[in-house]
Amino acid sequence: MITLNSINKATSSTRNACKLCAPLGASLVFKGIEGCVPLIHGSQGCSTYIRRYMISHYKEPVDIASTNFSEEAAVFGGGQNFVTGINNIIEQYRPAVIGIASTCLSETIGEDVDALVRDYSEQMNNGGQPLFFNVATPSYCGTHMNGFHQAAIAAVARFAMQAKKEEHINLFPGFVTPADIRYLKELCIDLGIKATIFPDYSETLDNVHTHEYQLIPTGGTPITDLEKTGSAKATIEFGTVFNRGGKNMHGAIHSAGEWLQQKMSVSNHQLNMPIGIDASDKFMNVLSEFSESPVPEKHVKERGRLIDAYVDAHKYVFGKRAVVYGEEDFVIATSAFLKEIGIVPVLVASGASSGVLKSAMNEITGPNDETIYADGSDFATMREMMQELKPDIMIGNSKGYYIAREMEIPLVRVGFPIHDRFGASRMHHIGYRGTQELFDRIVNALIEYKQENSPVGYKYI
Amino acid sequence: MSLIRKSQRQGLRSQKKRSLTCVNEYFSDEHNEVFGVFLQRLTIPMANYILTQRQRQVARSGVETGKMDCNKPSVAGSVSQRACVFCGSRVVLYPIADALHIIHGPIGCAAYTWDIRGAMSSGPELHRMSFSTDLSEKEVIFGGEPKLYKGLVELIDKYSPKAAFVYSTCIVGIIGDDVEKICKQVAQDKNIPILPVQAPGFQGSKKDGYKVACEALFNLVGTLDLPTPWFSINILGDFNLAGELWILTEYYKKMGIHINATITGDGRVDHIRNAHNASLNVVQCSGSMSHLARLMKEKYGIPFMQVSYFGIEDMSDALYEVAKFFKSDDLMAKAQDIVKDEIGKLMPSLQWYKNQLEGKKAAIYVGGAFKAISLIKALRLIGVKTVVVGSQTGNADDYEIIKKLSDEDTIIVDDSNPVELSNFVKEKQADVFIGGVKERPIAYKIGIGFCDHNHERKEALAGYEGMMNFAKEIHATIMSPVWKFTR
Repeated sequence: MITLNSINKATSSTRNACKLCAPLGASLVFKGIEGCVPLIHGSQGCSTYIRRYMISHYKEPVDIASTNFSEEAAVFGGGQNFVTGINNIIEQYRPAVIGIASTCLSETIGEDVDALVRDYSEQMNNGGQPLFFNVATPSYCGTHMNGFHQAAIAAVARFAMQAKKEEHINLFPGFVTPADIRYLKELCIDLGIKATIFPDYSETLDNVHTHEYQLIPTGGTPITDLEKTGSAKATIEFGTVFNRGGKNMHGAIHSAGEWLQQKMSVSNHQLNMPIGIDASDKFMNVLSEFSESPVPEKHVKERGRLIDAYVDAHKYVFGKRAVVYGEEDFVIATSAFLKEIGIVPVLVASGASSGVLKSAMNEITGPNDETIYADGSDFATMREMMQELKPDIMIGNSKGYYIAREMEIPLVRVGFPIHDRFGASRMHHIGYRGTQELFDRIVNALIEYKQENSPVGYKYI
Repeated sequence: MSLIRKSQRQGLRSQKKRSLTCVNEYFSDEHNEVFGVFLQRLTIPMANYILTQRQRQVARSGVETGKMDCNKPSVAGSVSQRACVFCGSRVVLYPIADALHIIHGPIGCAAYTWDIRGAMSSGPELHRMSFSTDLSEKEVIFGGEPKLYKGLVELIDKYSPKAAFVYSTCIVGIIGDDVEKICKQVAQDKNIPILPVQAPGFQGSKKDGYKVACEALFNLVGTLDLPTPWFSINILGDFNLAGELWILTEYYKKMGIHINATITGDGRVDHIRNAHNASLNVVQCSGSMSHLARLMKEKYGIPFMQVSYFGIEDMSDALYEVAKFFKSDDLMAKAQDIVKDEIGKLMPSLQWYKNQLEGKKAAIYVGGAFKAISLIKALRLIGVKTVVVGSQTGNADDYEIIKKLSDEDTIIVDDSNPVELSNFVKEKQADVFIGGVKERPIAYKIGIGFCDHNHERKEALAGYEGMMNFAKEIHATIMSPVWKFTR
């Protein structure tokens, strides 16, 4: 029997992980840069597993190269594999950028990827090659989100140029969906804001039908825009946890926005991921201030419809007990939204262990006496806790399905990965419109549950 | 000098036409000239998308003679579709349903292989859990042995498995953990077999992982003796995806054959421990399981035969060959009855599909070459011609068989990648691609049909009813009206 409140993970080993490894997060960031091919410095399996995992979610091509360590490379170093790998990527893909992530293997044997990149560039005359940038992502440090933010920091550290401040802003949404990113673009256009959205995999991981296999899918944040992140008048980034809890190569800097603030004096605005009305209001207000114009009527009306929907549906959701799991910044934002509509997040869990999950959440919503925070958790522990908690609904990625199935409660799929439903890229959950979509799905899941389990099978609910 | 530069620039321009995101959009002319050094090969007109190091791993049947290169490590930067040693061992062992499978290493390897193939079990489902020691930086520095020991003991107490497999991933050897020692210690303390699976990803390819898995299995075989009848076989190399194993075992049972151990689909530790008492090993997926069959032949004198359950011909042979082995007229008569009955049910429908699909062209890229061989035959049965065929792990003999079996000018490839496969499919104008998850976007982005013959298939494709499902799926994906919008 598990003692609630005192346990994050019931066994010393991890059972059904609620996290992924750091190179996956870095690969996502690489996919969000225009013309970029990711390269993973390690064994062949790392790139293949990550490709397979991402393809099953995004249903798009995900080409990730590997330096393909052999036993010899593991003993004598992967320098030769690195050179061969880069040469072959250039020959096959002709990329503008190569993003390089290390692995547990290359980190443990002490590979100096900085030096490998430097040597390569020097030997090859240091001109006309693709641009390189590299990030340390040993999978024994943190989760995929550490890899994600580590890579985002590495990208601005590599490309941002210090210059006189201009009118544009940086918008770093963190790990959101392609639909979310497209929404942010639309929002910026509607408000007349010039923004560098990074990473932008809205097209590279959710492309149109192209009639051909694009080796490097179109889209992504252009390098010229990344260069301009240093001259932006401000950065807005979603999240509060970011890179905490993993290996941090940048001291007290936990995000790309923090790096730009410290190194290039770009003022940084960290906002909770805008899910729900409160969080979206805060985001809209900041945007509106930057644009020096009021929120356009289109978006005011979206807010109004969302409030109207909250009212129409409030009784279906009030007092329901939810389990929310996934990346820390995602579960914090989602739980804050659930509180806003009267759902009680009884268990807020993540495989990550930044140590700030509870405090970050409390800062946004005030104390949550009914909520158990489980960081560094796993699905098997969550399942055991849920036997006692008896939740009404689960909200998170598709890997929790087996628990929802066993407990016969609904699962609203949000986050990453979603391997058992269609259209993960098109799920939108930020801003008023995204919240509306998520809200409708949650309400309908509860209604459907009630209808399915009713002896009457109501025609009106 | 200037001439060279001109040709290089032309090379760059022609690349741009192919609508790839191209370097020269990002760099000045001056940079381009230097960059041209990297692109010299691009000006060569011959299939220049095939890396020089890989040229001998591609052949065209009837056009190129001589043996293909294969059994090589993947070339760095080639974006191979292969996985690693760990993956090979994990896919082979994972269906053993009453064993504990714990992955010793950082979290990635366990997370990406959690319930990865949907191998079905008729009883316990412990194999569907993903256990990892989830090593953190602390253990990487100070060693992971205590965490492994503690993890094993805790999990064995909690789940009471019949055995445990302990997979060593990339860094385990490097940080100096003695996994064998821990396994021995826990085996003693808990009195169940604990089997180390030495599978650091870099120690070869996926195929080497199969071998490692076979060796772990071989350590189990021969440790239990149960009464086993003479007409008994072990089925090696079927992993019970979509319940396929149960289709096959049904046929054999109808013939009157006892199924001793299924290795590893719907696998049980005790059955594997008793596997040495069967009269015959029937091996599918030869790439993964021949090694175990050979080890069992050497030590226990159990003969083995290679079969395939895909397609009518191979499925029927798999029944006849077993009957022949036991030299029993009764078994043969029953096998003939089954084949006659099943084919009688199947043929009218298959004929309809054949009429619909006649003249269509397929590209095949799968893990094992033996499966590719069956697929070529199965496709032929429904009027579909194979124009591209490749595998991740085939050997020289496999590719020779494929060459002989294929029509002239069929592209045959070992350890391919998206660049090659997408070009092959376009050149040969295939109508359907048969592969796994990583090949699916290649087919769909180009705008042709796709059939998953790997992890994500949910319809059985083995046996006679599998042949029917296969025909249905090929028909559905080729004949869908959606292609109207992609052409």
